[in-house]
Amino acid sequence: MLRQIDPDVVAAFPITPSTEVPQYFSQFVANGQVRTEFVAVESEHSAMSACIGAEAAGARTMTATSSQGLALMWEMLYIAASMRLPIVMTTVNRALSAPINIHNDHSDAMGARDSGWVQIYNENNQEAYDSLIMAIRVAEHADVQLPVMICYDGFITSHSVENIMLLEDDLVKSFVGEYKPQYSLLDKEHPVSMGMFDLPAFYFEHKRQQAEAIKNAKQVLIDVQNEFAKISGRQYGLFEEYKLDDADIAIVIANSTAGTAKDTVDMLREQGVKAGLLKIRLFRPFPADEIVKALSHVKAVAVMDKAEGFSAAGGPIFVDVRSAMYGKADGIKVINYIYGLGGRDVGVYDVKRVYDHLQTIADSGQIDNLYNYLGIRE
Amino acid sequence: MPYNFKKTAQKPERFTGGHRMCAGCGAPVVVRTVLRALKTEDHAVVANATGCLEVSSSIYPYSAWKDSYIHSAFENAAATVSGAEAAYVSLKKQGKIPYDAKFIAFGGDGGTYDIGFQSLSGAMERGHDMVYVCYDNEAYMNTGIQRSSSTPKFADTTTSPAGSVIPGKLQYKKDLTKIMAAHGIPYVGQSAPMKNFRDLYEKSEKAIYTQGPAFLNVLAPCPRGWRYDTAIMMELIEIAVDTCVWPLYEVVNGEYHLSYKPKNKRPVEDWLKPQGRFKHMFIPQNRHLIDEFQAYVDKEWDNLLKLCGEK
Ligand SMILES: Cc1ncc(C[n+]2csc(CCOP(=O)(O)OP(=O)(O)O)c2C)c(N)n1
Ligand code: SF4
Ligand SMILES: [Mg+2]
Repeated sequence: MLRQIDPDVVAAFPITPSTEVPQYFSQFVANGQVRTEFVAVESEHSAMSACIGAEAAGARTMTATSSQGLALMWEMLYIAASMRLPIVMTTVNRALSAPINIHNDHSDAMGARDSGWVQIYNENNQEAYDSLIMAIRVAEHADVQLPVMICYDGFITSHSVENIMLLEDDLVKSFVGEYKPQYSLLDKEHPVSMGMFDLPAFYFEHKRQQAEAIKNAKQVLIDVQNEFAKISGRQYGLFEEYKLDDADIAIVIANSTAGTAKDTVDMLREQGVKAGLLKIRLFRPFPADEIVKALSHVKAVAVMDKAEGFSAAGGPIFVDVRSAMYGKADGIKVINYIYGLGGRDVGVYDVKRVYDHLQTIADSGQIDNLYNYLGIRE
Repeated sequence: MPYNFKKTAQKPERFTGGHRMCAGCGAPVVVRTVLRALKTEDHAVVANATGCLEVSSSIYPYSAWKDSYIHSAFENAAATVSGAEAAYVSLKKQGKIPYDAKFIAFGGDGGTYDIGFQSLSGAMERGHDMVYVCYDNEAYMNTGIQRSSSTPKFADTTTSPAGSVIPGKLQYKKDLTKIMAAHGIPYVGQSAPMKNFRDLYEKSEKAIYTQGPAFLNVLAPCPRGWRYDTAIMMELIEIAVDTCVWPLYEVVNGEYHLSYKPKNKRPVEDWLKPQGRFKHMFIPQNRHLIDEFQAYVDKEWDNLLKLCGEK
């Protein structure tokens, strides 16, 4: 997919499980299959810094990372977003140290959720491929001009062999189009100063503009997804609803475990249980009103987080969903499940336990436990 | 063409007045001289590390920089400009940039010797066509004169204060210029904005127009941090060079060349005395500090002479 987008610059540093992204890419460069300058930086901090320099110089710029790499970029993530640089990054989700663990959870990307990047979560390789192509258009859109992070699960998705439908090279090329930045460091006729020292007289307004930009990303994503459906036949939404229409109980979940949970829903439906699912896609900006509307008819919801927020008041997706529902869907019982940290396997029957719990809550109208850990040894 | 101060001074300024650096600050003099070495027709992309120069020259919505300028953070001016250079290489190959552009990073000693060292080392090793200029004022001035690894031994700073037991900083200054030379890059220069600026101008020209990575380490006095009388800045720079505290030399493709050999090597007291940061070295019972400082300078100078084939 990177080869098809053929960005001008890629600056990246290896880390499991996103290592293959720069490796495969260097091979494309070595074989002359892309026009990209590949910058083999000495750290992820420098990867994001070089991406910032390249994007500011008018180059379409991409990178990839995971876990500690994303954590090391933290300072520069905010700067990339606040300088309004439409960098596109693949975040192959992996647990954060300590203890060091190479397997999947979402604590890396969740730690970056307030950095000003647009975040899109993806269930499988097909969705990740499609989102990455669309991300270029969203990021570079005049109403947005913000970096976009495409998240998918390490190993589970990144190292799985699945058949996916690739688009023709030319189709991808014309869909992403030519990058025409508004300002560029390389524009000799219009020299610019970027990343300036901002005093209280202006800083607040700059943040307000940035907030507006990320708000705009929602509509832009809707438009780009509709356009993408025309060339691919695959239509995406801000989130995915699976058998949610008439559901009594539902879970909200992101990335690959949504696939497992869909199997659980099918199984329960066969047993006559009205189970449904809402799969998070666009997480930043958070489509609060749309999510509330989609859940407004259910009796009980479990929001599942593959990251421990350490707030002692629920995981990150839970906090956002519940606060969105406050005052708008007050009758609905909402609980939180933390699951799968550090790559702990979650199967169809594990998810069934969550639905069973929801059924008891729906039947009794009482929440026994608000915060729950799925399959933990206590 | 031989260096002509009048002529070069007539080139259009690329770093304008009206910035907010203190009076008598060395940094803007360094920047102006380096940028003057650019060919007038060449476009420059300047990256700047967080520090005095950055906060005083780019206060929104005003910029003292006539070229394209980018500041992103403290420790990454080298990585940032290396990305811009990679963009240039890619877009130029695609026929999208019809003119030549040059890439220059400016960082203080903190942003270069310390927190930005990894980023600098990485960019130099990767071989980008860029120049990294350290304006070395020997401490973190912007945050209030804290010690850096460039601060000389015994200097009194706010985090290496001279007290009744400890006489200022306890460690020697890191020899960054030699460390950069050890990277095996095509051009390394150590310079200072002195006399008619010839040394710095010529080294800047070589650094900018040598293909590949180049590093310049330039002494940039700070009257606040060093506590000298602002009027003597130019004289103080000459003293630094004549005492051999800050020798002028270059390393071209691995070969050391001495740029200037003082006729009479002056004693280090001449350098230490006018600066408040070394004041405690002059109380009588601290004579041994001055002697140690002198012995260190002598040893380093001797080493350099050998490296330069002058001995
Ligand atoms: C990551 C980070 N750490 C600390 C700072 C605070 N800080 C800003 S400038 C500076 C010192 C700059 O020193 P130097 O590079 O020597 O430049 P000078 O101000 O002396 O010109 C410090 C510590 C920062 N901006 N970013
Ligand atoms: S504090 Fe020192 S380095 Fe900073 S502007 Fe003033 S004189 Fe220059
Ligand atoms: Mg300094």
